Amino acid sequence: MSTETAQTTDVKQPSEALLSKRRKKFITDPLIDDNPITIQVLGICSALAVTTQMQPTLVMAISVIFVMVMANLTISLLRNTIPSRVRIIVQLAVVATLVTLVNEILKAFAFDMYKELSVFIGLIITNCIVMGRLEAFALGNKPYDSILDGFGSALGYSWIILAVAFFRELLGSGSVFGVPVYETISGLFGEEFSLATNGLMVSPVGAFIILGLIIWVQRTKTGYVEH
Amino acid sequence: MELFNLAIRSIFIDNMVFAYFLGMCSFLAVSKKVSTALGLGAAVIFVLTVTVPTNWLLNEFVLKEGALTWLGESFATIDLSFLRFIMFIAIIAAMVQLVEMVVEKFAPALYGALGIFLPLIAVNCAILGGSLFMATRDYTLAEAAVYGFGSGFGFFLAIIALAAIREKLKYSNVPNGLKGLGITMLITGLMGIAFMSFMGIDL
Repeated sequence: MSTETAQTTDVKQPSEALLSKRRKKFITDPLIDDNPITIQVLGICSALAVTTQMQPTLVMAISVIFVMVMANLTISLLRNTIPSRVRIIVQLAVVATLVTLVNEILKAFAFDMYKELSVFIGLIITNCIVMGRLEAFALGNKPYDSILDGFGSALGYSWIILAVAFFRELLGSGSVFGVPVYETISGLFGEEFSLATNGLMVSPVGAFIILGLIIWVQRTKTGYVEH
Repeated sequence: MELFNLAIRSIFIDNMVFAYFLGMCSFLAVSKKVSTALGLGAAVIFVLTVTVPTNWLLNEFVLKEGALTWLGESFATIDLSFLRFIMFIAIIAAMVQLVEMVVEKFAPALYGALGIFLPLIAVNCAILGGSLFMATRDYTLAEAAVYGFGSGFGFFLAIIALAAIREKLKYSNVPNGLKGLGITMLITGLMGIAFMSFMGIDL
């Protein structure tokens, strides 16, 4: 092992507020300015497949939040004991264990959802956001900060996939969270307001196009330009 | 004939990228140049062709319910399928390590070009996805091998096509906010529509 880093003076620093300005940034930054999906291009893989409807997307989002917070916490607690050569395997093992946990819980309490999401819960293991945050943040920061960071990134991921799911379900199936919107509109305003659903939105193609447009809008707002 | 159908199906109809969105991270990140895309595509084909049958063996003889019967009667009721994720990812990580060493030895230029994305194949959803789909669909060993190769080849085709388009795209005037990821997503969507035309094929 390398020599101990120089100890800082042992003067006790005043403890930081639970949600100080610095820590708030961990949560707010990934939402817009440093969004894992639209800016960092991570975690697109498993995200798009579940977004045909709001409900499975919400389950997916909650699972990812759980896995990221717990994985960040675990790795952060272990950060001084993991040899850097085998860290990838350790990270994979931790994430895979957590995902197995989520999978078993879903199987026990929400079997329909489990069948619908099938392999995509498993694919959280290979979600680049999870690995990326473990590698970039949890390995070098304290547990509490890591929890906040994981929560923030997962939240940034969640709102994007929920937004994609909202448009895909609304335009593709004419409903939101399973509540029929199109039918209600035509019921309220008469037959001439009956709207046709767009089958393309339910297919994978819809997800690409919706996400592309969301990225366009968001980047135009933040002024981020990729070269 | 069955196997041939499965190959066509996994290459075109159930294309990893356009039908299941798997492997998107590296698909988007490594598709800037055709030459690197070619290398990554080939690596994905190889890793998928090796890992899917390997994981099939693992699943069939260790993990599935009743898979351990060959150890003796008392093992017949053991169901280890909850260990699937961990075991599959372990096999994949080991295989990727192997590919990495081979590429480093025999094609250093490619090794440099692929950079971080070679180890990241381990966390490429297409690879794990291939194994998980294989497990849920109850393939035989031969089918698993064909499926592994087919889905790898599908990914290969997709990434090369996208890379070729993006090379031409450099000379186009794209709105600022849409540059990079945005336009790539839209193009992928349009390519997806093209691939949808294969859906009509009845095999």
